[in-house]
Parts: sequence; structure tokens; C-alpha cells
Amino acid sequence: MASRASKLPTPSAPRRLRVPFRTALLIWWCIWLALLLFFFSGVQFSIGPIQIRTIVLNTNFIAEFWPFISRGVLMTLQLALVSIVCASTLALLAALARLSRVAPLNSLAGLYISLMRGTPLFLQFLFIYAALPRVGLIFDAFTSAAIALSLNYGAYMSEIFRAGIQAVGRGQTEAAYALGMTPWQTMRRIVLPQAFRIITPDIGNQFIAMQKDTSLASAIGLGELMQLARQAGNPRQAFFEALIVAALWYWLLTIVFSFGQSLLEKRMARSDRHQEQG
Amino acid sequence: MAAPIVQVEHLYKRFGELEVLKGVNLAVAPREVLCLIGRSGSGKSTLLRCINFLEEPDAGTISVAGITVPAGERSGAHKRHLRELRERVGMVFQQFNLFPHKTVLENLIEAPLVVKRQQRESAVALAEALLAQVGLADKRDVYPSTLSGGQQQRVAIARALAMQPQVMLFDEPTSALDPELTGEVLEVMKNLARNGMTMLVVTHEMGFAREVADRVIFMDGGLFVEEGTPEQCLENPRDERTRRFLERVL
Repeated sequence: MASRASKLPTPSAPRRLRVPFRTALLIWWCIWLALLLFFFSGVQFSIGPIQIRTIVLNTNFIAEFWPFISRGVLMTLQLALVSIVCASTLALLAALARLSRVAPLNSLAGLYISLMRGTPLFLQFLFIYAALPRVGLIFDAFTSAAIALSLNYGAYMSEIFRAGIQAVGRGQTEAAYALGMTPWQTMRRIVLPQAFRIITPDIGNQFIAMQKDTSLASAIGLGELMQLARQAGNPRQAFFEALIVAALWYWLLTIVFSFGQSLLEKRMARSDRHQEQG
Repeated sequence: MAAPIVQVEHLYKRFGELEVLKGVNLAVAPREVLCLIGRSGSGKSTLLRCINFLEEPDAGTISVAGITVPAGERSGAHKRHLRELRERVGMVFQQFNLFPHKTVLENLIEAPLVVKRQQRESAVALAEALLAQVGLADKRDVYPSTLSGGQQQRVAIARALAMQPQVMLFDEPTSALDPELTGEVLEVMKNLARNGMTMLVVTHEMGFAREVADRVIFMDGGLFVEEGTPEQCLENPRDERTRRFLERVL
């Protein structure tokens, strides 16, 4: 680097300080975050004729209702975790059905996936909570939300599972069959463990997206983060403050989820890495 | 000839329009080493893969070690039969097909534990003996991706042997290997032949066929064109197609 610089025709320019890229990234992160905070600082001043007015937040409201809104975090997390487990199970079953040679199963899974991907998640929330009672299926808000999220995300994730299963080479199945394993043993012990490894990043992204889509449950009155933010903010015209509190929580949860996702990916990659021999 | 351990009768197989096997009959004696040679597309690999039903034949019957499975059945009893047949037949693939998420030892004990429901200790003991036999005792706890192609294929042979099969099928076992790695695999196969394993080998290794095979079959167009001892088939072929093939590969 130095030798190349010496050959360049830049005689009088002073030597510039070289900042490693990672450090530069960190500094710029801080700058942008500080700017973001500044927009909400309430500071007002003028530079010559230009008036600078930042957003004035009602700090009294935030101080008073922060604990109230934050109580919804637990419900949000509960809903997300229950839905993640149910959606993953459903997705695996639907993917296996879509790959099977059993026509009724295969087509049923196809219909399910088409229906769930073809209609809005919000509509599904309302349908399960508000429409199904007419045919005698009455679920409380939490159950309705969990069913809607599981059905919807199960459909999307089943396509990811299917792609992952298909990405495992045909030779793996043949080797297992040649050893006398049944199709089910082959799927469970040989194909699925390899498929899971392939799809971990995509599934992680689905979990993160789902964690935020729990907010739709506020429309059916479930006392989760979004609902409590609206309950606190709406009557007091404090939309800004209430939504910012909720947003901060969602952001924080997403960062935690992402961290968990990267840990999982590292764990999964372990046996793929070329381990040192001996 | 002693009562055959492998018997193939009137085997037909087509892929769409292409008829790959046109009524093949084959009987293999216990302890016999049979080499199948021929151009690619001659049906030799398909014949091998039909013997353990990795390809479903369109017509014909396969018998291995007393288990007879006719083509084209779909019943549950048929599937059980088919798995029993596969338990008695080991197969080694061109691309090794080791399980990448399992260690070498886990690759070897997987089927004995899951299919045969063997005790873990006895499965591990057998696996370790087999790894020693193929010269890889020190690799038991590594993952396949850390091994060379030759080592992977030797593990694959050991994995097939762990089921204690009565017949071994080899589908071009050295074709995916660098030339300098084929020797170690062929050496393992020669040992196996010396110890009396019944072997059906699809191969382009004429040296191996000449040295180890009891019988060589030259296939072309889904039929046996010529068969005999290696001397007859490789040194003095009678059929024009065999002669032309051998001129090209030797």
C-alpha cells in the first residue's frame, strides 16, 4: 500500500489518516443514530434565516405509560413463540405432503398453501376471530392470532422446507435405500438433518418477520405490544410517543432474534466445516 | 456351477422411449467376482441398480440369497421383501454418497442400528474392525468432507460391509477418483474378492477385471454381447463390438 502511494503523483497532499473499515462503520453508525435521536430531541434553533425545529416528544406521557405499554412485550413474545412452533410443524408436514406421491395429500397441501399465500394475513386474523364464530368455531383473541400466524407462516415456510429437502442430493436417498432403510427412516435420519442445515437462514428470517406480524393481533383486541400502545396513545393524542415506545421494543426483539439466528447458523455450520484432522 | 446367489431373469427396463435392458438373464455363483464392461449407455449400471431395486424394473425377476422379488409390485409385503433383499446386498456408488452430517463411524453404524436393530457395542466393534480392514481406523471420528476421494470410497465400502451383505455391487467405484487414488480403492476390493465376497463390478478398470474377475460380461444395447473368463473376453474377443470397445479403452 505504502509503496504504491509513493508512486502516485500526489506531492503536496498531507498524508491522510487511514481508518480501518470496521472502525469507520462503527463511527458512522454512531453518527446516524445520534442524528436520529436529534430529530426527536425537541431542540429548536436557527441558522441565519433557516429555522431548525425538531420533534417535541411528550416525555411525561412516555414516563407514565412506558411500563403500561411494555407489559405487552410478554404477550407478543408468547404469541410469537407459540406460532413459531406450530408454523414450523405445519410447514414440515405440508412440505412432506407436497413431496409425496399420495395424490389426496399432495393436492390438499397444495390447496392449503395456495389459499394461505393468496389471501392477506390481516384478513385471516379477522376471518378466524370474527367470521368463524358463525359456524360455531369460537376462539379467544390469542388462539385466533396463533392459528392465523401458524397457518399463514406454515404455508410460506413449507415452500422453504420443500426446497431444502429437494436440495439434498438424490444420492443420499439412494445410499440409505441401498442399506435397507425405509423411506421414513431415510427422510428423518438422512435427508431432514441436511435440509434443516440448508434452510436455517431462511427460516430465521421467517421467525423475525413473524415476530413483527404479531402486531396484527391488535386488530382483534389481543393485549400485546401494539394494542397497548394504541390504548395508551389514542385517547391522549400521543401517537408519536406511544408508537415510538412500541417500535423500540420491536426493534430490540428483532435484534435479539437476529443474534439467536446467527448463533444457530454457526452451530449448524460446525460439521460442514473442514475439521482439522488428527 | 453351484446354486446361484444372484439370479436375474428376463429383466426389462426402459426410460421413456429408450429401452435400456432388453431381457437380461444372469446367474452369479457364490464367491464369484463378475465384471460388467461396456460403453456408457450400454445398460450395465442400470442392470446393477435393478438388482437392489434402486431402479424399478419393468418386467423380470430378481433373486438374491433366497429372496425373490418380481418387478412391478406395489404391496406392503413386496416393500418388506424388497428391504430384506437390500439388507443382503451392499452397494458402492461412483459418487461415494457418504452421509456428510455424520462422522465416519456414524456412517458405518447407522444402518446396522436402524435397519438391523443391532446392539450399539456390537455395531461399533464391527465398524471399527471394518475401518481397520480398509486402513482407516484412525479416521473414525472425522467427518467425510475431511477425507480424500479414495478415503471416502473406502469408508463407503466399509459402510456397505457393515450390513454384512452376501453380495456387493460396485457401480464404477473408481470413476470419480483422481488416477493416483484409484489404487487404494482397488486394493480394498481385491482383498474383498480374495476373502470370498460375491461381487458384481461395473468398471472401466480393465486391469482390475483381468486380475480379479472370474467372469467378464461385455454389454451393448441392453444385452450381453460376450461373456467368459477375462482371458476369453479381454484377450480374444469374438464379437466385433467387444473388439472395438477394448481397442478404445486399452
